[in-house]
Amino acid sequence: MTQIAQDKLQELYDFIEDVKQKDYTESYLIAVLHKVQELFGYLPQDVMDDVAERMGIPTAHIWGVATFYHYFNLKPVGKHMVSVCMGTACYVKGADKVLETLKKELGVAVGETTEDKLFTLQEARCLGACGLAPVIMIDDKMYGELDGKGTIDVINQYRKAAK
Amino acid sequence: MADKITIFINDKEYQVDAGQTIMQAADKLGFHIPRLCYHPKLSIEGSCRVCIVEVEGARNYVASCSFPVSDGMKIHTNSQGVRKARRDIIELILDNHPLDCHTCERDGNCELQRLAASVGIRARHFEGEKKCYDKDLSSDAVIRDPNKCILCGRCVRMCSEVQEVHNLTQAHRGFSTVVMPAYNMPMDNSVCTNCGQCINVCPTAAFLEKNYTQELFEKLNDPDIIKVAQFAPSVRAAIGEAFGLAPGRNMEGELVAALRKLGFDYVFDTQFAADLTIMEEGSEFLERVQNGGKLPMITSCSSAWMKCVEQFYPDLLDNISTCKSPMSMQSALTKSYFAQKLGVDPEKILSVAVMCCTAKKYEAARPELEVDGLRSTDIVITTREAAWMIKSAGIDLLNITPEEPDHPLGESSGAGAIFGTTGGVMEAAIRTAYELYTGETLVDIEVEAIRGLKGIKEGKIVMDGQEIRVAVAHGLGNTNQLMETIRKEPDKYHFVEIMGCPGGCVGGGGQPYAQANTIPLDEEALQQRAQALYDLDRGKTIRRSHDNPDVQKLYKEFLQSPLSPVSHKYLHTHYQAKTPKGIVPKETKTGV
Repeated sequence: MTQIAQDKLQELYDFIEDVKQKDYTESYLIAVLHKVQELFGYLPQDVMDDVAERMGIPTAHIWGVATFYHYFNLKPVGKHMVSVCMGTACYVKGADKVLETLKKELGVAVGETTEDKLFTLQEARCLGACGLAPVIMIDDKMYGELDGKGTIDVINQYRKAAK
Repeated sequence: MADKITIFINDKEYQVDAGQTIMQAADKLGFHIPRLCYHPKLSIEGSCRVCIVEVEGARNYVASCSFPVSDGMKIHTNSQGVRKARRDIIELILDNHPLDCHTCERDGNCELQRLAASVGIRARHFEGEKKCYDKDLSSDAVIRDPNKCILCGRCVRMCSEVQEVHNLTQAHRGFSTVVMPAYNMPMDNSVCTNCGQCINVCPTAAFLEKNYTQELFEKLNDPDIIKVAQFAPSVRAAIGEAFGLAPGRNMEGELVAALRKLGFDYVFDTQFAADLTIMEEGSEFLERVQNGGKLPMITSCSSAWMKCVEQFYPDLLDNISTCKSPMSMQSALTKSYFAQKLGVDPEKILSVAVMCCTAKKYEAARPELEVDGLRSTDIVITTREAAWMIKSAGIDLLNITPEEPDHPLGESSGAGAIFGTTGGVMEAAIRTAYELYTGETLVDIEVEAIRGLKGIKEGKIVMDGQEIRVAVAHGLGNTNQLMETIRKEPDKYHFVEIMGCPGGCVGGGGQPYAQANTIPLDEEALQQRAQALYDLDRGKTIRRSHDNPDVQKLYKEFLQSPLSPVSHKYLHTHYQAKTPKGIVPKETKTGV
């Protein structure tokens, strides 16, 4: 295991030790899973095993919670998360076309990660930037008033930066 | 005494105890409100909404399984509005359920089917999207078919609350919800102990035993093999229910006759091997007591318990008796002692076990139970499968002339019979161990303290001035509690009996489905099945395993003595720690 991975695990273990000092430890499961995702980008199975053992919660129960919430990624994700807003305003302004462009350009379906592990494509509900519709969000940065070419330009910026 | 309050059901006034739900009150008054996700042994889920009733003044219909009665409450269980709503709810459940009742294994035994009929569904009004998943056929014992699942959650609650195995969960959400093990692992890779209790409580066919009836029919028609059957104690106490009889009728003779009619050349009785288990296990126990071996010694007859202990209690493996289960002993002897007597190649023998158990299918496939590279038990069928085969072959079980099992592996004592119920193995062991230890005969052989359905039972017996403390648990949840005690207080008991299923083998995962208007694992039914075995014991002249003449003969002719090298080769086994990561079955609070 690399030093970075070990450090991440240690941070998680400390976090779990913290919540175990509190009443109703089990109710912190979602908070712990958030921490896992923050550290690893998704919920790796062996880390969920760790959480089960350290919190004393059966793995099946953790799996039930992890799969219930769309927020949790069950597979590794790319370096950048591309969220396409499918809210009403974006939708009427052509979000479906933006999404199609992205699928074609990245060569992945919704929920999948590109082969170079640079992007994961996902749909989002309203991102709260209806005035700029249609919008996409990459990580925590918003790009609005997109058309086909504009979308590809944005993607290319990230590709260039990654080189 | 609870306070009495007045309620009205369907305009009639009743005095009932406060502090209960509408369903509980209605049940006692003779109003059976239709229900689906409710089970008295499990926490209240309230998810199916089938048990709705109308309460005057309430904004909506309420789920009677979870809604408490209150003074002056006016309840309507059968008004037009509630009938229509209830029917719609069931129609909506059916909407996402395959339309294949006539090819389904639970056809005629399905709670959903009965429910639909009882509310008068005669047409399908809702036709929407249907889920489509692969069946999980990975396990030798328990198969999972999410397409049949209606998400009542009874299996999940059974697995976590009663058995405390926590293998199942409802994963994903909404239309995509599926009952599955963690990580959607195949059942054979999961922590499933194969106890089959999910099958018992499933209202549909979302969980089933792996069916071996076709394979068996094929083999029964093969003239070149010798077909040998054995059947477990509790099969005879329950199979009548699959033919419409009330629980608790002993069908031993009828079953022997039916198995012969099915095409078996020899029908032996697993109770014989139960007696033999007592000889070996009793001797092993005395050896441990006298030579300072690991105590408490814990029984090893229950296959689900064996997988459970290997997964969750690897630190207690040395406490487990090395004795194989009676089924595996019987099979090993069938292919050795009996084959020699017949003068045939053991490979020519088909050894079939009729068991109350689904986990026995898993046990039969365990490689360490092979003797000289040959599998001992070739096919295991459950009580349910046996009942179906008997019906399918046109055999009239109820009116058949009873027959006796064959020798030399069919004679049994009363102690062998009670093996099928919780406390029975311990009681049988005490009868023999006492005599082996003290040289005197135990006069009062019925050990009341360890009979009955209490989760954990304790007893003690004094042998030559030494107090022997015993404990008995049934169901893996109770077992978890007992194991925690043993971890903390290793000296508390000397001898411990574990059966993985509620009530012991009589409540096994392979027993007949609950009949109409009864509930799965009804305590009264379990007690009646157990009573059939206790009656069988009382009716026998020979009630101690070591008095079984065929067992004595077997030792003289073949095994020499208990725990001899020959006995070890055929009758004993070993266990291996399995350490699934992350799965924590103990001290957890799930459900309500």
